[in-house]
Amino acid sequence: MSDLSAALVLTDSPQQSVVTESKLIRRLAISIALVFLLLFLVLPLVVVFVEAFRRGLAGFLAAFQEADALAAIQLTLTVAAIAVPANLVFGLAASWAIAKFEFKGKSLLITLIDLPFSVSPVVSGLIYLLLFGAQGLFGPWLMAHGIKIAFALPGIVLATIFVTFPFVARQLIPLMQEQGTAEEEAALTLGASGWRTFLTVTLPNIKWGLLYGVLLCNARAMGEFGAVSVVSGHIRGLTNTIPLHVEILYNEYNFVAAFAVASLLASLALVTLALKSFLEWRHGADLAGGTHR
Amino acid sequence: MAPISPVAPIAEQGQAVDIRVAGVTKAFAGSAALHDIDLTVRPGELLALLGPSGSGKTTLLRIIAGLAQADRGQVFFGGLDATTFPVQKRQVGFVFQHYALFKHMSVADNIGYGLRVRERTNRPSKTEIRRRISELLDLVQLSGYENRFPAQLSGGQRQRVALARALAVEPRVLLLDEPFGALDAKVRKDLRAWLRDIHERTGKTTVFVTHDQDEALELADRVAVLNQGRLEQVGSPDEVQDHPATPFVMTFLGQAVRFSADIRDGRVLVNGKLVSVAAPRSTIGLASLYCRPWHLKPVQAGHGHHQGLITGVRRLGSMRRIEVTQADGTRLEIEAPLATNLRVGEEIGLDIQDGVIFREG
Repeated sequence: MSDLSAALVLTDSPQQSVVTESKLIRRLAISIALVFLLLFLVLPLVVVFVEAFRRGLAGFLAAFQEADALAAIQLTLTVAAIAVPANLVFGLAASWAIAKFEFKGKSLLITLIDLPFSVSPVVSGLIYLLLFGAQGLFGPWLMAHGIKIAFALPGIVLATIFVTFPFVARQLIPLMQEQGTAEEEAALTLGASGWRTFLTVTLPNIKWGLLYGVLLCNARAMGEFGAVSVVSGHIRGLTNTIPLHVEILYNEYNFVAAFAVASLLASLALVTLALKSFLEWRHGADLAGGTHR
Repeated sequence: MAPISPVAPIAEQGQAVDIRVAGVTKAFAGSAALHDIDLTVRPGELLALLGPSGSGKTTLLRIIAGLAQADRGQVFFGGLDATTFPVQKRQVGFVFQHYALFKHMSVADNIGYGLRVRERTNRPSKTEIRRRISELLDLVQLSGYENRFPAQLSGGQRQRVALARALAVEPRVLLLDEPFGALDAKVRKDLRAWLRDIHERTGKTTVFVTHDQDEALELADRVAVLNQGRLEQVGSPDEVQDHPATPFVMTFLGQAVRFSADIRDGRVLVNGKLVSVAAPRSTIGLASLYCRPWHLKPVQAGHGHHQGLITGVRRLGSMRRIEVTQADGTRLEIEAPLATNLRVGEEIGLDIQDGVIFREG
């Protein structure tokens, strides 16, 4: 009896949980994690901003007065403005189909959606060159009809869409699968049309998950380097996106300008992170079932 | 549950129609297929589709609703062939097992949904919709809950909102899929009585799916028993209990023990002894005799049709259940009064007093 009560007292105390390690090991584990974070995440981020402001605010701002920089920013915004909505529509359609219907080749579709995550972005870019480049499969035909895809906006958009393909769909598929079809069926029996059901029942149920997916998709679309680098051809003021512009400036030893422009991307990342955390904090339950990449 | 407030206009909605299912067949890769189902639900009737899981009862209900398509066969509402009607045009009220309330809408918005999505030409005005919502909230005894969200309601309350939502569109028929399946025993009991009440007040032809024979027998005017995609029997609770059409119906509706019987000249013999059960004239030779626990009377060892050893005595409400193990190791249960002097370890005989005969095979 006394043994039992002693044991009860022990388990009552939170310090003595069976999964708790000794103080030394706990501190060591936390320290390793912190040092790692500082070295590989915080330090580089700080360096970006420090380098960007090395010549003060004037030097920083000067980087954005250059025509090429403005063109790069404009191009990146244009690409994102096309790629993100395209993948939003695609992601919605794919996750709707996968979560709500049974059809042959479903698992193949799920695997295909993941493909861009497993293929190197450079390879993704090369695929489009092989298809649409001057020596590519459709190159001669496109050239004959005066359509430019490789080394132009369409190529960059295509490569970006490919790379950011999975973000919205990956976010929505588990969410929609978990929610099932009962609410939609209820709406249909109450006389709502399919479109009406989608707008009033499906969409409100997935809106936060959708926003989350779009956010990640946008961050990747603006920051993509590898695939875009291959298809863009690096034509200054024409086919350079922000990441490509940063690389060019850096290779020309124009460090302040390179880091200033890079800080733009870094800020985008921070804003995305903040919004993402806010969504998780505020609407965690509605995102549940989503995979967090 | 509180008494229901006097007559609401809901009770005066149109005439109840019958539902006729003709030759409905659906092949599934897995379970829950349906084989050539013919079933008529009478106008204003409350019919239970009863069967074990995988028997096809939910599939049949979904085919009636238009949520699933039959491979063959037709569905009629009051003589109108609705087979090709999409689910929106069937005008059925459907209540789902897990409520399927719209999570992001208030109780009032949930109930009013079916009216709000109507085409402008026959959509009621906003004040009319509001009036109707409060009338329905009254009916399901949830007045004052209009601004709550589904997550803030108990299971029983959610199911009542779901029913109000289904009734709001003035459906031709009401279809309920395991309406109390997700609720605990006490709430189930309350809701049963309440559903019976609502049914009487609205007069809608109603079909509900259940795997719980007590629920079906207590609630329904008639019970349709399904097994492996086939309709085994349709009849009133008394009919299916007193005159089960198949051994499945007999065993599914309650505890039953099977004995091998020999039928000669219209007489039923078990272990060579006569049983006072009427045998169908056409039956000759080996047959099965199914008995309920109360069909078996304990007698002195050596007497009766069967011998066994008492291996358990349990109390069940106002009765005792006696577990008897036969010589071949099979167990069966009989009933005895509370003050029985039967004890574990005693040898007893069993006298078969009644039962139902089914032809072998």
